This record gives sequence, C-alpha cells and structure tokens, in this order.
Amino acid sequence: MRTIGFIIRKEFQQLFRDKRLLPLIFVSPVLQIVLLGYAANMDVKDIPLAVCDQDRTVQSRALVASFLHSGSYSASAILADAAAAEQAIERGTASLALVIPPGFGTARAAGRQSVVQLLADGSDSQSAAIGLTYATLIVSRTVLTPPSVSQSVRIRAARVQPMVRVLYNPTLASRNFMVPGVLALVLMIITTVLTSLSIVKEKEKGTLEQLIVTPITPGQLIVGKLAPFIIISLAIITLVLAASLLLFGLSVRGSLLVLYALSLLFMLTTLGLGLFISTISQTQQQAMMIAVFFFVMPMVILSGFVFPIESMPGVIQAITYVFPLRWYFVIIRGLFLKGVGLEQLWKESAALAGIGLVVIAGSVLRFRKRLE
Amino acid sequence: MSGARIVTILVKELRQVSRDRATLVMLLILPLFLLLMFGYAISLDVRHIPLAVLNRDRTEASRIFVQAFLHSEYFDLRLVVENESDIDPILDEGKALIVLVVPVGFGRDGAAGRKVEVQAIVDGSNGTTAATAIGYVQAVSADYSQRTLVHALKRAGAGGTAGGASGARATIDFRPRVLFNPELRSANFLVPGLIVLILIMSAVMSTALSIVREKERGTMEQLLVSPVRPLELIVGKTVPYLVIGLLSAATILAASRLLFGVTVKGSWLDLAAVTFVFLLGCLGFGVLLSTLSDSQQVAFLLSVLLTLLPVFILSGFVFPFRNMPPIIQGVSYLLPGRYYLSALRAIMVKGVGFGSFGSQVLALAAFAVVTSGLSVIRLRRQGG
Repeated sequence: MRTIGFIIRKEFQQLFRDKRLLPLIFVSPVLQIVLLGYAANMDVKDIPLAVCDQDRTVQSRALVASFLHSGSYSASAILADAAAAEQAIERGTASLALVIPPGFGTARAAGRQSVVQLLADGSDSQSAAIGLTYATLIVSRTVLTPPSVSQSVRIRAARVQPMVRVLYNPTLASRNFMVPGVLALVLMIITTVLTSLSIVKEKEKGTLEQLIVTPITPGQLIVGKLAPFIIISLAIITLVLAASLLLFGLSVRGSLLVLYALSLLFMLTTLGLGLFISTISQTQQQAMMIAVFFFVMPMVILSGFVFPIESMPGVIQAITYVFPLRWYFVIIRGLFLKGVGLEQLWKESAALAGIGLVVIAGSVLRFRKRLE
Repeated sequence: MSGARIVTILVKELRQVSRDRATLVMLLILPLFLLLMFGYAISLDVRHIPLAVLNRDRTEASRIFVQAFLHSEYFDLRLVVENESDIDPILDEGKALIVLVVPVGFGRDGAAGRKVEVQAIVDGSNGTTAATAIGYVQAVSADYSQRTLVHALKRAGAGGTAGGASGARATIDFRPRVLFNPELRSANFLVPGLIVLILIMSAVMSTALSIVREKERGTMEQLLVSPVRPLELIVGKTVPYLVIGLLSAATILAASRLLFGVTVKGSWLDLAAVTFVFLLGCLGFGVLLSTLSDSQQVAFLLSVLLTLLPVFILSGFVFPFRNMPPIIQGVSYLLPGRYYLSALRAIMVKGVGFGSFGSQVLALAAFAVVTSGLSVIRLRRQGG
C-alpha cells in the first residue's frame, strides 16, 4: 500500500511540473461545454427561404405567411421571377425557395388543383430534408383549410390534430442533451489518451525499465499509474457539474451518488483501454494516434453522441454494444435529464461492468507479460 | 534561405517519418477507416424512431391511422401499450421515443367530421431528434387527414352534391425540386467535412508532435545551434507532412468516389489549389503550436482543443451556423476550416467556379501568412 502511495505521489509531481498540462486538463472540459452548449445545435429553424410570389392574391399571401410564421423559415429574399430563385440557391443566399406561380389563388378559390413549387439546396442534405418535411406539412394543412372544403357542402372527413407533450426536456434544447454528453467525452479522452501517453512516455525515456527493476510489483505499478487519473477525473466531473449548473442552469435530476459511482465504473473500462493502448505502442505519437483514431473517434461517432444509433445499419448497431461509451451516454443522460435511478439503469450498468472486467483483465495480463 | 540546407532537413525528416512505419501507415489508412465509418455507419437522417402505441379506440379508422405511422419509414412499432400507467416507465427506460395515444371515439368523431385529438408523448432528451420526430407525427397526421378529406370529397362528388369539385382537384400539386444533391444523400454533405477534419488533424497534429518530440529529446537545441535558419527549418520539417496531407486528400477523394459515388463536380485544379493553401496554413499552425508546448501531451491537448473540436463544431460540418449565437459565429470567422469547407462544398457538390469562393481562398491565404509569420518569430526568439 505504501509503495502505491509513493508512485501516486511521483505521478502527481510529474503532472504538476508540466506547467501547461494541468491547466489544459481542467480548462478543456469547460471550453467544450461552452462550445457545444452554445453552438452544437442542429435545430432546423430560420432556414433562409427565398419567396417568389407571382400570384399576389389573398391565397398566395396566406401560404407565404404560413411558411414564415411556422418558425422553421425566415425570408431571406423576396424575388420577382423563378430564375432568380434558382440563382439565390446557387449563390447560397437561400437554402429553400418557394415559387407560387400565377393562377394559384383563382384555382384555389374555384376548388381546382393548384401548383406550388419549392426549390431546395441539397448540398446541405440535413437542412434540406427537414425543410422539405415541414414544407409538405404546411402545404397539406393549407389543403385542409377552407376554401378547399366547399363551405356549402357538409363534408364528413376526420381532421386529426396531434397534441404533443414533451417529457424531460420540454424546450427541446439541444444543449441539455449535449452537455451531459460532453462530460462523457472529456472523461473518455482524459482517461484513455492521457493514461496511455503517461505510460508510453516512461517507455520512451527508459524510466519504465528502472521502475521494473525496483521491488514494485506490476499490480502496484498499474494501480499507482492509474489512480491519479481517477482522482483527476473525479475532480473533472465535479467541475463539469458546477459549470453546467452555473452556465446553463442544468442540474442532475437523479442521484449524485449514483452518478459518481457509475462514472467510476465507466472509467474502469476506459483506463483499461488506455493501459491496453500503452502495451501496443512504442512512441507517444503512436499511442496518441491509436487512441484517438481507433478508439476515441469511432466510439464518439458511433455511440449516439450526435448521430442517432437507430439510423445506423444493423451490423454497426451490433458493434456499438461493446462500446462502453454507448452505455455511459444512456446512464449520464438518464441521470441528468430523466432523473431515473439504478432500477432503470441496471442493464446499462451491468453492461459497463461486464465490458470493464474483460478490458481490465485483458490489459493487465498483457501489461504484466510485457514487464516480465 | 539556402536550398541545400532545406533539402538536408527535408531528407532527415523524411527518413524519420519513413522509419516510423506504424505512424506512416496509420496516416494513410486512417482516412479510409474514417471514410468507411462516416459513409456507411452514420447519417443524420432521423428514421426508425421507436414508437409505442396505445390504441383505445380499436375501430377500423384508428387502425388505419396507426398503420399510416408504421408504413412510413420514420417509425418502428416497438410496443403495444395497454394501460395509461405504462407510458411513463416506457419512456423512462428508453424503450420508445414516442408514445402515441389514440383516444376513444377517434373513429366515431372522425366519421362525423369533428376534430380528433390524438396524443403524442415524446421523450425530449435529444431535442433535435425529438423535434424531427414531432414534425413527422404532424406530417403523418396531416397526410391522413388530407387523404380522408379527398376520399370524402370524391364520395360527395359521386353523389352529385359537391357542385362538381372532385377530390383530387381541390388539392395542391406540390412540386419540390432539389438542386445539387437530388437524392439528399448525407455522404455528399459529410465527405467534404471529413476531408477538412482529416487534413487538419494529420497536418496540424503531426507537425506539432514531430517538432515537440525533438524538443523532448533535446535534438531541437542541436538543430537551433546549427547554421539552419528558422524559416529553413520550418520548410524542411513541414514539406513531408504537406505531401502526406495531399496524399490523404487524394485517397479520400478516390475512395469516396469508388464507395459512395461522390464526385467532384467542379474543377480539380481549383480543388488542388484550395487544398494546398489550406494545408500551408495548417502546417504553420502546427509549428506555432509546437512553440507553445514542451511535451507531446500538451501539444496533443492543444491541437485537439484548437483544431479538432472547432472543426467538428464550428465549421459548419454538422451543425448549421444559423443556430449559433452571434459571438460564436464571430469566432467561427477566425477558423480556417470554415473557409476551406465552404470552398470544398462549392467545388465538389455545387460545381461552381472560382468567382464563388475567391474570398474564402483569400482568407485561407491570410491565415497561412499569419501562422507562418508568427511561428518564425517565435522560433527565432526561442533560438536566440
């Protein structure tokens, strides 16, 4: 036990000696929360819409108004002819252009079929797809309102109106979803990348061999090397919790104790990964690249941080089951937003524990073998 | 500036790079790996939303209404709910994202032409997905209403009471037309962003790390006391990474064409020229970062913080600029990734000429001049 204490002290001395490292470790989470909290917003609102109303009747103006009042679009240009609409999209001044040809109003009033055109800039496929969905919705609502239903005749048709009730995040702010995600991300980077770098650094400098010839056992060495990062990570969790409360008024609805406990469980898996990476790399550059590109990035991209898992192909969805980050995202978002407890999260916790055991056991074995 | 000295440094750097086979292979394989992941695995489309249904009406009409949800590819039926009290636990445990409740009387009220309110209870944790899902619920409902209306009008027309206005005629012929990327494939949208991401990572990070490594090992001091001038040192150290960067860009372009059919609509010359200017700026920035850090750990954290994250978040790669607060939009003007990405999309997807992205190239050139200038100044100071 005392030996482990010595190693931990040595690690902290090394960390504190690098005047820039420690501040960076603590500044980066806060910066990421600010960036992602304010900027990472995929809401489709205020899509720049060019309007070309060649009809100029009550009906056409009503249609334009229902586009602009929906909140999804904002008028970026009022155009006279349809050719200008196409140009606006080419130059990128508008993402969508609404063209109402002459005769729209008379056709609507007479109950005849009328024509509406919409141009979309497909180079931003995401905004275009959602912009088109909303446009279709607005147009079908226009069909459903008089005068298409002739007032003189009583038409019996269902008008279905969905009443939406949103739980957990009533304002639908992306921020509330992103901020807990950032915490997971930061923990993952710190524990995986920095741990592997700190071990490989000793390898590069040859000091790992000196440690091996001392009476320190491999087990003590591993615990001593990993413990500082656990302590730093716990400090980061506290910092992130404080920052999200102060900056965004976002607090944890579930139990803090469960949050810390399950975060520790998550860190076991990522620390194990860091240890594993250190056994397969010779230089810090290699360790960093392997960690970032083959572990951190795929996990971040495929675990549902930004891109929904449901939209991935089946094979990839199956692969995501072995990513600890996938389970931790569910846990941390459940605790932050839904306020659920262990009884709802037991499946995710069990998955983390299982993955953690395998990873830790595997990498400790490999690390020991390397040392002997 | 002496050509011979630059070549000497260049040869030394090339030797080091080629000796570190693992890193080299990684720099070249990685783009493919990331491309596969981005191209096959992810899409921003919200599809197959897990849906739970509580149908309390159990009439023909309500069944058709629920079927309308399942026939769209937006929703997957996960659960059939029997009791109101089961709704909250389902959402708590994340078994479904939306619970659709069809009230008693749906069929009766609908047939009588009254307004029917169905309930959609939504898990809002992921605001973006939830907003899109709500849009789909509204769209499916509106579509259902429109179809029953057309149906009713047709029947009324057949009965001779609707004054000749048949159902199909009362509708609006809605003609959306998508320019540039008609199938709305996200690959066309994501591949240019991916190129930016990979180039900035390989160029900035590798340069910064390779210089800091010399610092850590003490060989940097040897170089600084040699007759090599700072500018020569920078040129010699960065040229190999410039070549690697251009190679990865070419690899990504070739692979995305083979795998996903993503083509370059504009001129290849424009593409190469813009990429070259962008890489110059990245390399300069890498050198600048290396002068700010003494250990590879610090260099790594700095480059993740100042390049990877901003490119991912602030360059328009995934998140649209229009949603960002003005201050953050202001910050994004300082990032070279923003200009490069919009130039890339203009060339690759829209196929427009130099006139449409001239200002972006100017901004990139300015960035290259500023970063190289600053790093030469800092290197001189450290050397002197």
